[in-house]
This record gives sequence, C-alpha cells and structure tokens, in this order.
Amino acid sequence: MSTPIDYLLHLADNAVVLGQRNAEWCGHGPILEEDMALANVSLDLIGQARLLYQRAAELMGGDATEDKLAYFRGPHEFRNYTLLELPHHGALVGYAAADRDYATTIVRNFLYSALMVHVWDGLQQSADPSLAAIAAKSLKETSYHLHHSRDWLVRMGDGTEESHARAQAAVNHLMPYTEEFWTTSPAEGAAVAAKVAIDVWALRPAWDALVNDALAEATLTRPNFHGYVTEGKVGLHSEHLSYLLGEMQGLARAHPGATW
Amino acid sequence: MYTQAMDIPDDSGKKLAAVSNAPSDREAAFEARIDADGRIEPQDWMPEAYRRTLVRQISQHAHSEIVGMLPEGNWISRAPSLKRKAILIAKVQDEGGHGLYLYSAAETLGTSRDQMLEGLHSGKAKYSSIFNYPTLNWADVGVIGWLVDGAAIMNQVPLCRCSYGPYARAMVRVCKEESFHQRQGYEALLVMMKGTDEQRAMVQDAVNRYWWKCLAMFGPPDADSPHSAQGMRWGIKRISNDDLRQKFIDATVPQAKVLGVTLPDPDLKWNEARGHYDYGQIDWAEFWNTVEGNGPCNKERLATRVKAHNDGQWVRDAAQAYARKQKERALKEAA
Ligand SMILES: [Fe+2]
Ligand SMILES: [Fe+2]
Repeated sequence: MSTPIDYLLHLADNAVVLGQRNAEWCGHGPILEEDMALANVSLDLIGQARLLYQRAAELMGGDATEDKLAYFRGPHEFRNYTLLELPHHGALVGYAAADRDYATTIVRNFLYSALMVHVWDGLQQSADPSLAAIAAKSLKETSYHLHHSRDWLVRMGDGTEESHARAQAAVNHLMPYTEEFWTTSPAEGAAVAAKVAIDVWALRPAWDALVNDALAEATLTRPNFHGYVTEGKVGLHSEHLSYLLGEMQGLARAHPGATW
Repeated sequence: MYTQAMDIPDDSGKKLAAVSNAPSDREAAFEARIDADGRIEPQDWMPEAYRRTLVRQISQHAHSEIVGMLPEGNWISRAPSLKRKAILIAKVQDEGGHGLYLYSAAETLGTSRDQMLEGLHSGKAKYSSIFNYPTLNWADVGVIGWLVDGAAIMNQVPLCRCSYGPYARAMVRVCKEESFHQRQGYEALLVMMKGTDEQRAMVQDAVNRYWWKCLAMFGPPDADSPHSAQGMRWGIKRISNDDLRQKFIDATVPQAKVLGVTLPDPDLKWNEARGHYDYGQIDWAEFWNTVEGNGPCNKERLATRVKAHNDGQWVRDAAQAYARKQKERALKEAA
C-alpha cells in the first residue's frame, strides 16, 4: 500500500501554518531572546514543511513541487489542525484586529508540540522510509519546542497575577481546539492502514499526562470540554486561515511560473 | 547588520570635557597600549571619554541590528517560496543575534541593556538611518543583503581590529555572518534577474531606492566628521568614512554589471588617474533630516520597538517573578 499523500499534506500544512504564525513575532517579541527562540521554532517548522511537501510532490509526480503545494492550494485544500491557524489572541472573528498575546502563542506551541513529540516518535517506524527520516529529525526539533513552550507556560502560570490570568485565558481559549487531535480523518485512517502513520488516538494518554503535569506545575486548571470539534484537517477551517494564506501566498500567486 | 558612521553624534556623549584629564601612570599605560596596537579589556583602566565613546558606538550598532530586523521582517510572511522564507527568517534571526552580542559587549563597559534600550526608546540614542526607509517590494530583501549588509561589512571589517577587545571579538563573528548575508542577497537577485521582466523591474526599483542611502551609510564626508580623529587615535575607527565609501563603490560597480542592474548615478565612472570610480553628490540634507527623525519610517520603526517592549513587560515580569519564587523555594528547602 502506498503512502497517502493527504496524510503528508496534513503534516506539512500543520508545520507551515504554525511556522507562519510563529514568524509573526520576529521583531516584536517580549525580549530579544524570545524573538530569536520563536524564529528558531518557525525555521524548524518551515524546514519540516519543506521536507514533507517535497516527499508529497515526489509521490505525486508530474509538475508538483513544494512551493506549488504550499502556495497554490486554497484554504479548503489545507489539511492543518484549526488550532494552528488561529491568530495570537483570544477568540475574535477573522477580520478583527487585536494585539498579539504571547500567552496564546506559548500555550498553542505547547499543546501542539506535546502531541507532536509522540507523533514524530511513532513515525520513526513509518513504512515510508522518507517519512521515518523526517520524523527522526523533527522529533529532535519538536522536543526543543516542547521544552521552550513548557518552560514559559510554567513561568507564566506561576509568575505574576497578570501572567497567570493571561495563561489561563489562553488555555481556556485553545484547549477545545485540541479535541480535533483525537478524531480520525480519512487521510489518517488510510495512513494508519498502510502502516505509514500511527494511530493518534493511542497517544492520548501520553499527551494528557504531559499536559496535566505542565498545567499543574503552572498552577493552571484544565477546562472541561463540551461543544464543537474543529475539522481543519479535513479542509473545514476557521475564518482565520484564508487571511493567513492570502498574505503568505499573494506574492507567489501574482507571479505564477516565476522562480525565486 | 550594520553600522554606519558610528560617529553620528547623539546626546549620550555630551559633557565629556568635564572629565578631569590629569596625566597619570594608568593613563600613560593606556596610551602605550593603544600606541602598540594592543587590546583594551573590560578590567583595564580606560579614560572615561573612551568608555563613553565605545558605549555610544556599540549601543548604536546594537540598536541598528534590532531596528534592522523590522524592514526585512516586513517580508517574512510574504516570501514567495519556502526556501526564501527560511533564508530570510534565518537572516533576521542572525541580526537579532548580532544585537545580543553587541549589547553584551557594551555591558562589559558598565552600561546595562535596559539603560541602552531606554536610550533607544526615548529617541536619545541613534541607530543606522538606512532602516528608516521602507521595504516596498520583495527585491528589497535581496538588495538589503547585497548593498546594506555589503556596506556594513566594509564598515565593520576594520572594527575586528578595534582596540576594545570584546567589541573586536564580537565583530569577527558578526562579519562572518554579514558576508554570508551579502552573498545570499546577491544570489537571490541573480535568480530574479534571470526571471521575468516583472522580477527584473523589482530588482531595479529596489536598487534605485537603496543605492544612495547605502552610500550615506558610511557617514558624513571626512571634512565634516567631528568624531573621526579621536576615534582613529583610539583605534576605535580605523579607516575614514570617505575611504570606506570609495572602497564600497569600487567593489560594487562590477557586481552590479554582472547582475545587470543600473546604479542610479549618471556621474558614476571609472577614473583612470585616481584608480577609483568617481561618483555624484550624496544628498546630505536628506540624510541629516532622516537621522534627525524625519525620514519616511523613523516614527514607525521606533514606535514598533517601543510597543514590543511595552507589550512584553508582563512576560518579562512573569519570568522575574517565577525566578524569585523558585529561589525562595530553594532557600526554604535548604533551611
Ligand atoms: Fe547584523
Ligand atoms: Fe546582516
């Protein structure tokens, strides 16, 4: 059985969208060291996206390239978790403007990297050897992202009254989006059947343990979930993704066929 | 990135004359070390004016690196390929790293990063005026790498031999990365020049806007440069503004030819007798006007730095509060 391309796109889109978001802090971080740390996270994620798109393009054949996949697909074709496309602030509609909130950034990076350390770890045994190699590299990077975001989560939660309130608000805002991790999309189902992917559902206890442990150390509470489960990974996104992609893809699309 | 005329005066260096200058053994030792082209290290005695000049110069340089993240950062989200996006993020990140080494180098002179940032945010301390111009098309990123980083290298390579040890050592590392940036910028432009007519037009447009500003980066003509003589004496400045500018022009003209762009100066031509390129008049009135805060982006650049700092206050406070709590917990456990 061959590697389901949609699954590779899911992983790649996750990485490029979160990489794009993290890079937004470049020049605006709370302290110079954090500008650099988030640039690093972003670089790692974009690097992961490139390798995954390249593998997908290779399997697709024809004139597919990493940049065609990143720049010339529309929002409904993107397969990333909705969590990753959200702006760095609380719940607001797509065309609302607000200041970036570092707590939102950190909590999101934490929730995602706490999942991905387990995903990449499992994917090292993927039946697709290219994906297994990408996973090994990504695991190292993601362990650093987890470390970085967890440290800040704890500092914020157990810092000042204000930082605690902001971190708790970000947890309350973002935690519901993680429910999407535990549903199974057709692409994931096919990849698991082909032994290309691992079953994410099986990672839930390990993720829960990581999250609960960090929240406890940060003196934060985990909200109960009830409600809508997002479906970004099947192409049904929030209002925010088309803005993100509009900005990211605009220049490339204004010059189709150009080489950069 | 950068350092221009690091002898652009700002308010921080005033009242030097008040410092007493009674000759002493330690002063003689300092002078002797400078004369022998030796290095001054943080623990060494140094004249107050030397210390202040260095703090001013190194902090201006550090501020330039940090403010310089903004014009290029402007294109990260819109980079037209993932490869170029990654290269640009890495470049802007390098500039942040240069800022960090330089703040650290200046801190060895007894001024804290907070004090230096306060100087920047209040508008008292200057930064390279090249960053007060907007980046209007994607080719600006390549042109900044090629010309702005290129000019910075010309300015900074001599500083690798600067008399102050920590600054000289920081410059060695910075210069390596700046030349990497310059090559990457130039390479990106080569690719664009081999591309479509629109891409070539973008490159030419960016060169037209940045060429003269880059020449001004070397600072005012030697005749009008009040700090240069003392800087030369102290081994803080090694080559004059005009000599560096000429060197930059001579190196850049052939690169522009290979690239296939026109440098926007009708007076630019080889002078056989001088063995250098002649060039036209730099608009110094415009330069000074921009240095004084009236360029196209001064207000946006500074306000953005101030906003990032203010918005980040709660994050820095959280880190401090947490560190304090951890310390208290450790003390309690030990007791
Ligand atoms: Fe730099
Ligand atoms: Fe640079």
